[in-house]
Amino acid sequence: MKFTWFNLMPWPYLPDDFRERHRSVWVDIPNTLYDPRKGHHVYHTYLDQLEYAETLGFDGIGCNEHHQNGYGLMPSPNLIAASLARRTSRAAICVIGNSIAGYNPPIRVAEEFAMLDVMSGGRLVAGFPVGTSMDTNFCYGQIPALTRDKYREAHEMIMKAWASDEPFAFDGKYNQLRWVNCWPKPIQKPHPPIYIPGGGSIETWDFCLDYDYNYSYLSFYGYLRGKSLLDGYWERVAKRGKDDSPYRAAFAQIICVADSDAEAERLYAEHCLYFFNRCLHVFPPFADPPGYRTMATVKYGALSQLTRARQKILENLTWKQLVDERFIIAGSPETVRQQLEECIKGLRIGHLFCLFHNGNMPDWKTRHSSKLFAEKVMPRLRDLWPDYKHDERWWIHPMDDRLRPEEQRPGAEKKHEEWPR
Amino acid sequence: MKWRMIDTKKGTRCRVLEGGSGTPVVFFHGAGGLLVDNPFLDGLAQRHHVFAPEWPGYGDSTGDELLEDMLDFALHGWDLVDALGLSRPHVIGHSMGGMIAAEMACLAPRDLARLVLVGPAGVWLEERPIPDIFAMLPHELADVLFVDPARGAALLTGGADLSDMEALKDFYIVTQRRLAMAGKILFPIPNRRLSKRLYRLAAETLVLWGAADRLIPPEYAAQWKALIPNARVQTIEGAGHMLPWERPDAFVDAVAKFLA
Repeated sequence: MKFTWFNLMPWPYLPDDFRERHRSVWVDIPNTLYDPRKGHHVYHTYLDQLEYAETLGFDGIGCNEHHQNGYGLMPSPNLIAASLARRTSRAAICVIGNSIAGYNPPIRVAEEFAMLDVMSGGRLVAGFPVGTSMDTNFCYGQIPALTRDKYREAHEMIMKAWASDEPFAFDGKYNQLRWVNCWPKPIQKPHPPIYIPGGGSIETWDFCLDYDYNYSYLSFYGYLRGKSLLDGYWERVAKRGKDDSPYRAAFAQIICVADSDAEAERLYAEHCLYFFNRCLHVFPPFADPPGYRTMATVKYGALSQLTRARQKILENLTWKQLVDERFIIAGSPETVRQQLEECIKGLRIGHLFCLFHNGNMPDWKTRHSSKLFAEKVMPRLRDLWPDYKHDERWWIHPMDDRLRPEEQRPGAEKKHEEWPR
Repeated sequence: MKWRMIDTKKGTRCRVLEGGSGTPVVFFHGAGGLLVDNPFLDGLAQRHHVFAPEWPGYGDSTGDELLEDMLDFALHGWDLVDALGLSRPHVIGHSMGGMIAAEMACLAPRDLARLVLVGPAGVWLEERPIPDIFAMLPHELADVLFVDPARGAALLTGGADLSDMEALKDFYIVTQRRLAMAGKILFPIPNRRLSKRLYRLAAETLVLWGAADRLIPPEYAAQWKALIPNARVQTIEGAGHMLPWERPDAFVDAVAKFLA
């Protein structure tokens, strides 16, 4: 198993009555709720946590892209990754990812990801989401019905740019470049491992299988709900005649570890409820603009989110519900181990994106939970896939002689007050 | 009036509501499509030979994937006129249909007789941003479309009750398909730079507006008048954005006088 410590970077100062006063945490959230001076501290706290996760022995540290979003402070995850590249040297840096349909031209992503791979010594995991409709359509203005087509074209350009050793002309429908000539190019060959975060569409599964990319199901609603979806994926894998390496799939899970189950509730309930009640308060039409999902998917899907009644449910969630329905995995190290084993085996996943920081959780609790997990849970889940012990197809292949820039800053021992103002 | 299917050279297959006799009039519907009942078309058909094609993505019309941008839509409009075998018809366009009709008239100014634009989309005034129809709950649409939202909701859904899950789903699927198509020229802002081409418009033009239009407010009428060389504006009381359905008699009356 590979464990990646992931931080969504939520804004921790949403008011108690956020839900009553505002219709959405995303797209049209009042930006007066953001305080840049507090933001300075928040960024550094979150970055410190990601660096700390490396010292705890996590395989990867992860970030993602959201725009105009109260639970995401990373409109540019590449900036976060760049700062991590300078302060870590062992963990994979998982950028899950860049919503490539929104980049004009997409060669920018090929360049920045190549920079990150080079700066980190070959530690980049490159994510290519279609992008949520909130991000790609409402914040970045892409036409919903053409988003997937534009995504396909952007993917084609990026992969060709990485593969090609000569300048080429790219005559796309959305992007025309006479001279594509990626400089720099990534260390990892033929390219960094590629992860495709997706929902449940067959098109996405086939896309992952066509290119042998990792399929990442990033849900906040836990493994019981994720089961039928990943079952569908594995059926598709079998049907396509591919091997069933669990490393083909990743899953995101909110995890809270304490000395006991009761202690977990005492320490973490408030923060998890902040996340579910406030951070996930999204105005439903932002999540499903006409054309974003294919008609087949729309016809197949449930529509309960559109009713007035449904919009009341999240606000009344309790800790008991979160735990019992396994939206989150929380409790003593033993409880967490048991449930995670069920999650990992049930979904057949080789990569777990672990969400330890939730909502407005303070730094010390985040570290406490992460440390308990790293010491008491992670070692016991390491070898769940003995048949695929040496399967590194979906993981980084860094340079052996890479630098450790975090240890080499001259004058780092100087005290703060000694620096000229 | 009767439905029939026509094929365009490009490969779309479109359903057309046709009726009446006299000089030909083509009516292009807006993003919401034709509704179950369209009495204003019956009214027009008393005096004209009326053709009301549905865009791909609407009703039984297919070929959604063949139209991707403004030029595709405008040329498709002319392809329909050709497929119907019409020569210099009067053209009426409502909302998105008005945007397309105006674009058609700029492309081929001598190929139509008179032009009626009813609450057309396609122009954007920074000081009067148009509400985002792509970010609305199903039950919110009627509020911006009709002067009387309760009556409007019944017109939109053909009387279905949106608190019933099955009815909601049916309505949602149809609406999603239509607006997915409309989004190609209306999302995120319904402005494909038509303003800079409107100087080409040669047809005599009537700009009709519902006085209580909450989607594209009547202030826009003045902007259209300023941009089109030969236009007059008429505002109709007691109607919102869905003017032809809200005040069919007043609509038919205004159009008939203009085309006479």
